[in-house]
Amino acid sequence: MIEMQSKYPRDEYMEAPRSACLGCALPLAFRYFLKVMGGKVVFFFPPGCSPVIVNLPRRIIRYEGQLIRIFLSLFGTTAAIAGGFKTGLIERGDTETEVVTWAGDGATLDIGLGTVSAAAERNEDIIYVCYDNEAYMNTGNQRSSATPLWAITTTNPLPTPKGQWKKDIMSIMASHAIPYAATLNIAYPDDFMRKVEAARNIRGFRFLYIFTPCPTGWRYRAKDTVKVSRLAVETNVFPLFEVRNGIHFVINKEPDKTPLERYTAIQGRYAHLTPQQVGEIQEKVEQRWKWLKWLANYKE
Amino acid sequence: MIKVITGNEAAALGAMLCRPNVVCAYPITPQTEIPEHLSEAFAKGLLKGKFINVESEMSAIGYMIGAAEAGVRVFTATSSQGLAWMHEGLHFAAGGRLPIVLVNVNRPLALPWNLTCDHSDSLSQRDTGWIQLYCESCQEVLDTVIQAFKVAESMGLPCMVCLDGVYLSHVSESVDIPDQEKVDEYLPPRKTTLEIPCPEERDNRFRLFKKDPPGLADDYEQNDFMTNKYQLQKIESHCVDTFIEANKDFETLFGRGYPPVEEYRCEDAEVVLILSGSAVGTSRYVINVLRDEGYKVGLVKLKMFRPFPKDLLRKALLEKKKVAVIDRDISPGQCGIIYQEIKWALNTQAQGSLIPVYGFVSGLGGADISTRLIRRAILFTIMEEAPQEEVIWLGPIKVVGDNYDRNAIKIS
Repeated sequence: MIEMQSKYPRDEYMEAPRSACLGCALPLAFRYFLKVMGGKVVFFFPPGCSPVIVNLPRRIIRYEGQLIRIFLSLFGTTAAIAGGFKTGLIERGDTETEVVTWAGDGATLDIGLGTVSAAAERNEDIIYVCYDNEAYMNTGNQRSSATPLWAITTTNPLPTPKGQWKKDIMSIMASHAIPYAATLNIAYPDDFMRKVEAARNIRGFRFLYIFTPCPTGWRYRAKDTVKVSRLAVETNVFPLFEVRNGIHFVINKEPDKTPLERYTAIQGRYAHLTPQQVGEIQEKVEQRWKWLKWLANYKE
Repeated sequence: MIKVITGNEAAALGAMLCRPNVVCAYPITPQTEIPEHLSEAFAKGLLKGKFINVESEMSAIGYMIGAAEAGVRVFTATSSQGLAWMHEGLHFAAGGRLPIVLVNVNRPLALPWNLTCDHSDSLSQRDTGWIQLYCESCQEVLDTVIQAFKVAESMGLPCMVCLDGVYLSHVSESVDIPDQEKVDEYLPPRKTTLEIPCPEERDNRFRLFKKDPPGLADDYEQNDFMTNKYQLQKIESHCVDTFIEANKDFETLFGRGYPPVEEYRCEDAEVVLILSGSAVGTSRYVINVLRDEGYKVGLVKLKMFRPFPKDLLRKALLEKKKVAVIDRDISPGQCGIIYQEIKWALNTQAQGSLIPVYGFVSGLGGADISTRLIRRAILFTIMEEAPQEEVIWLGPIKVVGDNYDRNAIKIS
């Protein structure tokens, strides 16, 4: 048996989520996040899956016996609310408490994008976490701008799968020249926790973009969540990288050219794909990977 | 110190005297001067704290919600489309019992576009749970902002101070600016504990009511939604008295005050006119003239619209023969909004025969509510036997001439 080596705490701080779907990636993400974040933190949850799964209805979590506050916030304004809370805390002399927004792809890429962009532009001193399950999963899998090309959802069912490319939120956030932005994946816990730690040690607007597969919406077997997460990185669908100040890109994992089919074949939302469609996605994924590599090669 | 300033400056000065910790606002005509004055005050160091430039009114109210949840004193200002853009945040702030003070410069909503004054923007937010106070003069704007903080923070309710776009926002009047020390005496810093409020693990269901200041509605379980609204209604029911109390203290310190419902020359009046906003001043003059001519007429100024001061209104109106309401707003398909509320207030008490209430709609989109129109409205009320259920239009209207046009009552 291989002993897992990690410098992060073995202790668990999160109580068992009561109402997550079987195989949901979110509790894992939350668990890793808390391990690094510590107890001096306040969360803001806009509508989405998270407020439903984390200890509803009390909306509190325990950290070393102490309770952590989760505020519910508005769907389209959560970045502003969190920013306001942080400013209020500073005005009261509390500069330590970390304010974290924990929002889905709908709240971030779609309805709240304006306020997220504005909070980033103001460089509000908050950690903005976006967990991406690639559709409006809380309401039961409707298309979002994060839904990938040719995937089906309940609002673009067959024969009309989504015909547009997924919105590239990392480029948008990087373009705001924020101090730190990174992609995180629950299949790579050490990389995940290292990035949370990096974010914690920086001041200003920090954007953490977590890939959170959804067995219910993506229609794969619940036991495959980690496998799907890992394949997303290995096929370059969701590359692991960090951006500092909007221009310094670092790629954290060079994948081993796994064919895209291995990722799409195990998901029901892609069951209808023709070889041409797989080829089209593959081609675009490769294009974007090359572009990312080019960005990462930038030297001052 | 007496200064000649506009209503916008008065609102900004009033806010400055209250030493808010966080201010943010998004510019909109005719409110823009307010954030300009306040950002200048922060930049010059006259105010300690932060002025935040947000990118929309939705973020402005969001930012206020966050900062108010953190326990500091907050202020914002908006108008018209901006207030509508804040709408979901307004409900959220009231349900969350957050003492945000918002100055709204009254301006109607498009379409058609209009940049001047009517009250339909704030009145269409009447069901959000916010306290709503309307102002007659620039002096009243400044004073009301100070009172608003007092009432909002003691009740744990958000408060909206409304002033007429252009008619007050851009009109200069001489305003007595209170001393900072006196305002500090009237309004001590907002009281909050330094801990971030965190629900108890067990049985937190009624924690909200024990806390000072009243706290955060999202501690409620979903089943407690009714309880939350019950509590909100309970607090609102104390609010008129709290305002009267706050106004009394204000009068003691500053020598002037503004009751929620002001009666002007009503003692032996048979016909009473009721309205809100800057047109109250014009109406005072008309009442004086009509009194000189021997008419037994009076005026009621409705300063507080939410919570609705129904008992005070009944006291002022129930003994009268007729009541005329001039609404600077309309709920299309129904009638003037204040008219509906006055009718309701006067109908619910069994008093034998009902008092006739005449509902005029005037001054929409900045049209002038002139002395002539007010006079004609009062005389119409005196002469006309039975009040109309339909809106009585007060002011010039261009019509084509179909059936509705022929039947509609128009006074111009």
